[in-house]
Amino acid sequence: MVTLSINGTSHTVDVPGDMPLLWVLRDVIGLTGTKFGCGMALCGACTVQLDGRPIRSCVTPVAAVSGKRITTIEGIGATPSGKKVQQAWLDLDVVQCGYCQSGQIMAAAALLASRPHPTDTDIDAAMAGNICRCGTYVRIRAAIKRAGG
Amino acid sequence: MAPALSRRAFLEVGAAIGGGLLLGFTLPGRTQGRADRFAPNAFVRIDRDGRVTLIMHKVEMGQGTYTSMPMLLAEELEVDLAQVQLEHAPADDALYAEPLFGVQETGGSTSVRGNFEPLRRAGAAARTLLLAAAAQTWKVTATSCRAERGEVIHGPTGRRLGYGALVDQAATLPVPPNPPLKDPKDWRLIGTPAKRLDSPDKVNGAARFGIDERLPGMQVATLAACPVFGGQLASVDDTKARAVPGVRQVVRLEDAVAVVADHMWAAKQGLAALDIKWDEGPNAKLGTADIVQQLAAASQRPGVVARNDGDAVRAMAGAARKVEAIYELPFLAHATMEPVNCTVHVRRDSCDIWVGTQVPTFTRTAAAQLTGLPRERVQVHNHLLGGGFGRRLEVDFVRRAVRIAMQVPGPVKVVWTREEDIQHDMYRPYYYDRIAAGLDERGRPVAWTHRVTGSSIMARVTSELFPKTLRVMRAVGLHQLIATVKGLDVDAVEGAAEPPYTLPNIRVEYVRQEPPGVPTAFWRGVGPTHSIFVVESFIDELAAAMQQDPFEYRRALLDQAPRAKAVLELAALQAGWGRPLPPGSGRGISLLHAFGSYVAQVAEVSVSKQGEVRVARVVCAVDCGVVVNPDTVKAQIESGIIFGISGVLWGEITFKNGRVEQHNFNDYRVLRIHEAPVIEVHLVRSTETPGGIGEPGTSAVMPAVANAIFAATGKRIRKLPVKDQLRP
Repeated sequence: MVTLSINGTSHTVDVPGDMPLLWVLRDVIGLTGTKFGCGMALCGACTVQLDGRPIRSCVTPVAAVSGKRITTIEGIGATPSGKKVQQAWLDLDVVQCGYCQSGQIMAAAALLASRPHPTDTDIDAAMAGNICRCGTYVRIRAAIKRAGG
Repeated sequence: MAPALSRRAFLEVGAAIGGGLLLGFTLPGRTQGRADRFAPNAFVRIDRDGRVTLIMHKVEMGQGTYTSMPMLLAEELEVDLAQVQLEHAPADDALYAEPLFGVQETGGSTSVRGNFEPLRRAGAAARTLLLAAAAQTWKVTATSCRAERGEVIHGPTGRRLGYGALVDQAATLPVPPNPPLKDPKDWRLIGTPAKRLDSPDKVNGAARFGIDERLPGMQVATLAACPVFGGQLASVDDTKARAVPGVRQVVRLEDAVAVVADHMWAAKQGLAALDIKWDEGPNAKLGTADIVQQLAAASQRPGVVARNDGDAVRAMAGAARKVEAIYELPFLAHATMEPVNCTVHVRRDSCDIWVGTQVPTFTRTAAAQLTGLPRERVQVHNHLLGGGFGRRLEVDFVRRAVRIAMQVPGPVKVVWTREEDIQHDMYRPYYYDRIAAGLDERGRPVAWTHRVTGSSIMARVTSELFPKTLRVMRAVGLHQLIATVKGLDVDAVEGAAEPPYTLPNIRVEYVRQEPPGVPTAFWRGVGPTHSIFVVESFIDELAAAMQQDPFEYRRALLDQAPRAKAVLELAALQAGWGRPLPPGSGRGISLLHAFGSYVAQVAEVSVSKQGEVRVARVVCAVDCGVVVNPDTVKAQIESGIIFGISGVLWGEITFKNGRVEQHNFNDYRVLRIHEAPVIEVHLVRSTETPGGIGEPGTSAVMPAVANAIFAATGKRIRKLPVKDQLRP
């Protein structure tokens, strides 16, 4: 049994400790907003926040996050930086297919929480791990700047 | 009370007549609906509470159809965009076939092109009926009424009735056969930047893709297909896999093994614990070099003629100068962000499929064939697509999922790992092109020959999938059908057969050569992504051979193509063509006429001493005719450019011992945000028929980048990807 705090709610799940958080979120708890993209921390689609820091849930064993504060895309709108990022994403119509955007928003919100006015270099460093095949990068950059403006 | 007139009843009436479109108003408890002058195309529903529903026959995979299609309807129906809600259309070619292909599909940059008029007519017909219904109610003339934001208003008295209050009356009226469309000067929505309707759900995790399906009792499966194409399963020892907690079943197919479990993690663990022996079959030793050798040999054969104007052979012989080249383009994987997946529940008498697909009717047919069920017993529940790019035009993964589900009690979601997704994709074909030009003294191409050699996707699609119905034949046209019968792949030569330049003597041929075992499929930009790269690189070569400016050289050949010339000039102007750049940097230009659109791009690149290419800026001029949603057009061009840069710089699937050598995003490299260029998109105002916009950006950027590399380094890129070709 593992107890998890996700978006302020406590969940107790009967899963092996080495099971990645991604699959616990998606297949056990049913929070499908966090996406599977590569399974190897290469694409960032599975990004969630652990105590406010972005992590790749596809390679994070669930045992390692027990007792810590997990925030997913379903809960990020309740944080000031998450709310700003979501609004900027809407203002600039960033999304296309939308599949990677949960991860993009989680990474961007974490960036803004630690650096309220990020530079291009900050954005590159924080967002380079998140792939978007629709190529929304131009707008992601603009939206982060808008949210941090 | 008589039973409600079912939607099906409307549809049957419509289908019997053929041509035009169907309007159905849902009328609980009524039987007086009259739609018997209309055959279906779009299906618009207005409920008594005034809600307008567009039954969407197109899927959303990022390209913005869920916004542009409602815009077309709302424009003529006189409702706000926010008033239109969407429902996925069921799989049904008779109702929802794409006008340009005759089957229900989303692909080939067709949505706006094919539906610009039908959806506006659907809205106009509904508006006309609602106006007439209001006029009858008030006993006034319809011309004294106007429709506005979901209401009919009687001008002289200011009386108002919402659409919802009028649907019962409207449904009793005969549907006008050819309702007048608004004058373009009166458009409120078309041409304005509308916000995407799918954005809100995509920023908070609520959007549901196929992979997000969850059903009571559903299990999750993942699979390993034989790593060698054409190979089969010899044996599998599943003892260890079955001992993994959560693993429920191991399913054997002829050429694959799947592990069914409570969740994906258990399924993956189970798969890793299998001891599988493969019978690798005839392609066990296949390598990329073998495939290329076969293509090179085939390219010596004369091909099927795609275009033959003037006398290219004679003109070549008499030319002052001859330039020739061979271009090679690699296999490419789609690598959609949402890995391939499909959820299936097969029962004794029915089958349900939950999937994001570009081809719902092919999906239905595939499942019916495998299960032996009648098509009516197969239901496809379509979803948002986490990227398409052509991958979800195929039903190979649906077939696999159905075959697995046939052995599983209850619903099963089959999810491919990223490795499986990359290694068992259906790939953009490897193309081998021979191209030559004869130039006169001033450098103008008086002779042009181009022979394309590669796999024929069209031949496979035509033989396997396209229902050979009158509808398809009518849609694709006799010309294309005859060409296909003769062995011409019209897709493979699109962009090659009709370059926009003045070429008095041109001969274009196609040679079909299939790579052994390797399945091929459409990839974003389809034929033009290959052909435009070759043509635009080669035109650049001609300019260089004559020591002429590549922009001016093209421009001088465009007197017959004013729209092409205009975008070329606009792109060059906006890019600052001719302005000096630092050493190691260069500008390249490209021009495209495909998908009914004209696109020109100027790319600026810098090449490091280590040979790494950075695309710093791309300027794009677009004339796609009437623009429905300018913001979507810009977004699609940005998207296409990023997609194309990944392809031109790094995209490549290679084979060794019959196996794909790439695995995941570590070795199938794609562009990331810190590598993305600044992109500027300039739209030409136009009243021409709308053109497609999802693909041109990709097709045009590849040669622009390669030509910029030539400008920066003097090295001509004749083989993609660029990868480490520039390494010292």
